[in-house]
Amino acid sequence: MSEGMVEFRPVNNKGLGKNAPSAFERTFKAEITSIHQLTSMENLYRMQIIDPSERKGFSFEPGQFVMLELPGIGEAPFSITSSPLRHGDIELCIRKAGSLTNFLSRVGRGTRVGIRGPLGTGFPMEKMHGNDILLIAGGLGLAPLRACISYAQDNRSRFHNVDIVYGAKEPSQFLFTYQYDWWRADDIGLHITVEKPDDSWKGPVGMTTGILDQILASRGSSFHENTYAIVCGPPVMFKFVCSMLTQKNLPMQKMFVSLERRMQCGMGKCCRCNVGSTYICLKGPVFDYWTVMNLKEAI
Amino acid sequence: MLFKVIAKEELKRLFELLASSHTVVGPVKTGRDRTGLPLYAFDEVERFEDLSLDYAMTKIPAKRFFLPYREDMAVFEMRKDDWNKKVDYNMDRPRIFFGMHPCDINALNRLDKVLMGETYPMPYYIAKRQNTVIIGIDCTPRPYCFCRSMAADTALHGFDMFLTDIGERYFAEILSDTAFNFLRLIKTAEPAGEDHVLYKKAAAARNERFVTQVDTTDLMKILDMEFQSDVWKQWGDKCLSCGTCSNVCPTCYCYSVEATVDLKLTTARKTKMLYSCNLIDFAEVAGAHNFRPERHIRLKYRYYHKHRGFVEAYEESLCVGCGRCGESCLAGITVPEVIASVRSTL
Repeated sequence: MSEGMVEFRPVNNKGLGKNAPSAFERTFKAEITSIHQLTSMENLYRMQIIDPSERKGFSFEPGQFVMLELPGIGEAPFSITSSPLRHGDIELCIRKAGSLTNFLSRVGRGTRVGIRGPLGTGFPMEKMHGNDILLIAGGLGLAPLRACISYAQDNRSRFHNVDIVYGAKEPSQFLFTYQYDWWRADDIGLHITVEKPDDSWKGPVGMTTGILDQILASRGSSFHENTYAIVCGPPVMFKFVCSMLTQKNLPMQKMFVSLERRMQCGMGKCCRCNVGSTYICLKGPVFDYWTVMNLKEAI
Repeated sequence: MLFKVIAKEELKRLFELLASSHTVVGPVKTGRDRTGLPLYAFDEVERFEDLSLDYAMTKIPAKRFFLPYREDMAVFEMRKDDWNKKVDYNMDRPRIFFGMHPCDINALNRLDKVLMGETYPMPYYIAKRQNTVIIGIDCTPRPYCFCRSMAADTALHGFDMFLTDIGERYFAEILSDTAFNFLRLIKTAEPAGEDHVLYKKAAAARNERFVTQVDTTDLMKILDMEFQSDVWKQWGDKCLSCGTCSNVCPTCYCYSVEATVDLKLTTARKTKMLYSCNLIDFAEVAGAHNFRPERHIRLKYRYYHKHRGFVEAYEESLCVGCGRCGESCLAGITVPEVIASVRSTL
């Protein structure tokens, strides 16, 4: 090398952890193994990471998300909806809402997609062991909660009461209806309600808060000592449910919510999910309610 | 710290030696604005005569050499039922940046905290940052500059060599062995007592030229208190949501990703484009719910990220006070005025 020549320094890509620069665009190639229509708007996609060792090494917590990429079409974040025990055999519940998801609704089994992740934080399920859990979902908010339900089923003896309070706009919009009996069989209380009933609907009508009120009334005044709540749904639902639980003395640190944002990187760089200087993709999407209360304009 | 003095003729010789074997980027004159003042930009320079080391300020910051406005993150080779993803960090040779002002150096130092540190360091940025040798140069503060208020008027690190014009010579601060080796190519001298005096005089003269100030005392708390203040609405009413401020900001790094396919359907690209939180769809999610649908909410968010959130995370502001946003804003919104109005809210 002649004098004064600057040497080129390639990016050091040693290691595989989150601190390796190569992690930034590391994509697992996966194949869609089944597509199950849940409603007229939502499909359940089961996909399998193709490389067996990558598949085995893919572990996640309920509440974490992945970036799903279709080359040439786009990439978007989705919560994992399947059980963590299934590793790289993951399920995503996806609503047709934009160009990527509409394209996805037209592909068939065998389509190869890219997966980056798992990303973000999960629900602290182990911390909740030995307690009652309330899983409160609105609409598509059931998707991330289904991973928690699977966890609760797989570890049923570690929890006391497990109750799902789930509201949808119309009866036709309920997701995962084929699993309800199975959840009940595992001694999980399932309470569903609709806003707009049709002629065939025989269940309760109204908001999730109404059902929640009834459940809490049956639990006694000291319920908050041994209860955790997990809430996921549209922002307006968070506000009502969490403020109601706060009024009933459930500590804010024992309520967990999952925030929705349109991440482009999922790795704390693109700022699209930023609230203040908090990256929802790094510090979230799962937060306790106390933290959310202190994030301005989070919900 | 190692100091040297370099005769101006010798610096020209250094430039020519470096430019003969490397890509050199530096400030060049590109024209004149409507008032007749020269316009400057950073560009590749081959001849020393084209370099304007006494430049006032470039419209577009040095950021674009580290975070290009458009950059391919990955290219996909498409086959019938499969694809193959190829990632390239788009940097294949070292580069020398000749003549960067302290505000732009400090902007990179602040970007380093987000893009190189913590989890998920960004290889596209790292590749460019670690392969760019930076020769800094002092500046003459302009009326828009408030870098002193943002603790960005002097660069303490993040460069290889820093030059201060002391008349006949440059006073050089050497921070890396790369720069030290450069100086072995030319004639330099140890600074004498007279050079120290000239340096201190030059620094004092520069300090006197700062006219704009921003009071950052307790700013984090004040911003929290004034989150619902009407002043945001007033500034929001003026804002055009055009994103020019982010475009010219040396520290705005947010981006959007675009996927495209070529006409033959054999190649697909994933392209990153710098974006702006002032653009209407920045915080939109699926189903068209927008977390920041109003102009003043987006403008406010930008201020809170720079002057509150980043301070909380890294104990310094993400604003370096270069004044480019205020100078370029079509609606005449400047950082010093916005912050003063928030502080003076009754």
